[in-house]
Amino acid sequence: MIVEAGHFALALALGLSLIQFIVPLWGARANDPVLMSVGPVTGLAVFVCIAFSFLALTVAYVTSDFSVVNVVENSHSAKPLIYKISGVWGNHEGSMLLWVLILALFGSVVALAKDSIPMRLQANTLAVQAAITIAFLLFILLTSNPFTRLIPAAAEGQDLNPLLQDPGLAIHPPLLYIGYVGFSISFAFACAALIDGRIDAVWARIVRPWTLGAWAFLTLGIAMGSYWAYYELGWGGWWFWDPVENASLMPWLAGTALLHSTVVMEKRDALKVWTILLAILTFSLSLLGTFLVRSGVLTSVHSFAVDPERGTFILGILILFIGGSLALFAWRAPMLKQGGLFAPVSREGALVVNNLFLATACATVLIGTLYPLALEVVTGEKISVGEPFFNLTFIPLILPLLLLLPFGQTLAWKRGNFLGTAQRLYAVFGISLLATIAMFAFEYGGPVAAPLGIGLGVYLILGSLNEIVTRSWAKGTPLSVAWRKAANLPRSTWGTVIAHAGVGLTVIGIAATAWGVEGLATVKLGERIKAGDYEARLERVVPRTEANYREDAAVFTIYRQGHELGTLESMKRLYVTRGMPTTEAGIMTVGLGQVYVSLGEVQNDGSVGVRIYYKPLVLLIWIGSVVMALGGGISLTDRRLRIGAPVRAKIPAAAAVPAE
Amino acid sequence: MRFVLSLLAALVFSASAFAVQPDEVLKDTALEKRAREISSGLRCLVCQNQSIDDSDAQLAKDLRVLVRERLVAGDTDKQVESFLVQRYGEFVLLKPTFGAHTLLLWLTPALVLLLGGIGVYAAMRHRPRPAAALDAEERKALENLLKRNQDA
Repeated sequence: MIVEAGHFALALALGLSLIQFIVPLWGARANDPVLMSVGPVTGLAVFVCIAFSFLALTVAYVTSDFSVVNVVENSHSAKPLIYKISGVWGNHEGSMLLWVLILALFGSVVALAKDSIPMRLQANTLAVQAAITIAFLLFILLTSNPFTRLIPAAAEGQDLNPLLQDPGLAIHPPLLYIGYVGFSISFAFACAALIDGRIDAVWARIVRPWTLGAWAFLTLGIAMGSYWAYYELGWGGWWFWDPVENASLMPWLAGTALLHSTVVMEKRDALKVWTILLAILTFSLSLLGTFLVRSGVLTSVHSFAVDPERGTFILGILILFIGGSLALFAWRAPMLKQGGLFAPVSREGALVVNNLFLATACATVLIGTLYPLALEVVTGEKISVGEPFFNLTFIPLILPLLLLLPFGQTLAWKRGNFLGTAQRLYAVFGISLLATIAMFAFEYGGPVAAPLGIGLGVYLILGSLNEIVTRSWAKGTPLSVAWRKAANLPRSTWGTVIAHAGVGLTVIGIAATAWGVEGLATVKLGERIKAGDYEARLERVVPRTEANYREDAAVFTIYRQGHELGTLESMKRLYVTRGMPTTEAGIMTVGLGQVYVSLGEVQNDGSVGVRIYYKPLVLLIWIGSVVMALGGGISLTDRRLRIGAPVRAKIPAAAAVPAE
Repeated sequence: MRFVLSLLAALVFSASAFAVQPDEVLKDTALEKRAREISSGLRCLVCQNQSIDDSDAQLAKDLRVLVRERLVAGDTDKQVESFLVQRYGEFVLLKPTFGAHTLLLWLTPALVLLLGGIGVYAAMRHRPRPAAALDAEERKALENLLKRNQDA
């Protein structure tokens, strides 16, 4: 019964979305506050309906209702509760439902923020938001209905893909979707501004927190996915340049560019047209990512089902929204007035360079992802575009960006002084250079990339912290005063500094992978296998039977230079229902590095194939990403960002209203 | 095609071994090092963008063994690669060759950067420059404003 109710709620949400689309749009055109006020009300109602629908599906999963096709195909009564819940979105239909749930959630937040957003802007934004909701609700109802019944009901389910039976599934998709879908708000605001033909610094100030929030979540989502792949796939790689990963990286790159151009627009009222275009492109790339993953164009662990009808439908949505918004842009953008002026060497100029490189990097990932598909369609030739391509193209684009980062952060607005800026960074250059030389001395004869990369990371961290120092301390300032000054710097400054330092941490983590060592051997009980300073001794192999899988757990004692560090377990599992084996790597964290032990085949004589890695500083890759997201979060708490504070740009009367 | 791919994907998962196996490793460490380097540039044909060096698939194992056999037989790295390309097509190379069919792929990053740079330059040039100084009328207006401010 609740399943039908959930299905009905979804249909109801579609009807309400239609109202949310038409009425506020009309109201904004006719300047009728009553019609416009329909937007927030229906926005909330749509969210309630979809939330109910999502809850209904969750209930079906938790109670193992095997009269629902979706539950039969992706669940099992013996599955642990956490995977019954996260399994709701561990399949195509459920994940699309999560997608619209988050979309509606964002819509309802916009609806509730009625005091901070000018009414016409809010009405238009909610209408655009509703249009997206309509498209995806239609998609779910017509091609991917999660509530389809199975008559007669099945006795038992077919279980969830074992690779997905991991706490990662509970965290990674929601974070990623909040990021993906969060950019729909920037998109809706951009379209609303174009529809209204008006855009100013107020717009930028309203949109910036949304972009920042979406960006922070996307950062976390990507980092989480990367760590999940790292420990689940069993060979310790953390980024594969897989098209599905690229699909999330592209909106991230565009979103990062958008974040920076919105700063320019908010502070200096410049780069308006470009910012609007970026907002459109960022969400378009999110849609493209959804298309690539959900349509079955690509096969991977993410594309749960392959169905050409769905692919065509999403392609239709893609063309409608990207084409529609770009057409709107082409029609309306020339009417937007240009704003603040700046010299080439200035903070604005540096941010333009930032945008240029990020956009090019994004285009590189895009062509690398789509080119093989396009070439096969056009000429029938099949090629692969893998890591070597991206190493040769993407990295040279990112390096200059990173080298310029501390400069840009130090430059003054409007008109900067390059030499003066360099002077302020002398100490940073010096220490980073020393660090690089020290690293070379420390490793003598090792890989060249590692010390250079670590030097770059140190430069990034110090370069961003330098902003705090130069803004709070000068020669002769007592430390207590400097400390107070630093603490009183705006949160957005701290956010920038912390996020950029996070980039540095990630760079160090990536650079240090060059120092990774590995060992490979077949070992018997009591024998050791070595990787660099680290050794693992196979103590015993324990067979276990759990509710929905059987496993052989190999227990290893880990030694560093002969000293015992402890034990870890590495498993080989067989998920009974699907007959699918997985490997669960044994991981021991030592400082910021990790010892990683992965099992191979068990031979007839009882010996086991074992691979051991030692990966120094590898945790920094993800810690850095979390720090980046944290920086975004801190910036979000900046009151000046959200409340009508003194700004230099010309602001219409609406700015007096607090922006949240 | 898609069906075949998903079938192959199913095979990948069912034939689980893991990356390089101890019994595959060559005695000659220099040769083994070359084998690892070649392997990391070869695509496991049934996987998603995984090299045969990283892949668990049975096919990847066969290819790894094949690479090592060719190396032991005295092939150069290039010969091993072209042997595999002949057998499996360019699809096997993770780094696409530079040619007419991949011109757009390889040149896009540079082109986008170049065109973007030109675009930025043009946009900067076409902007009205900020007025260097105030003319007499503006100065007078400014003084009036300032005076009014002081009075208030």
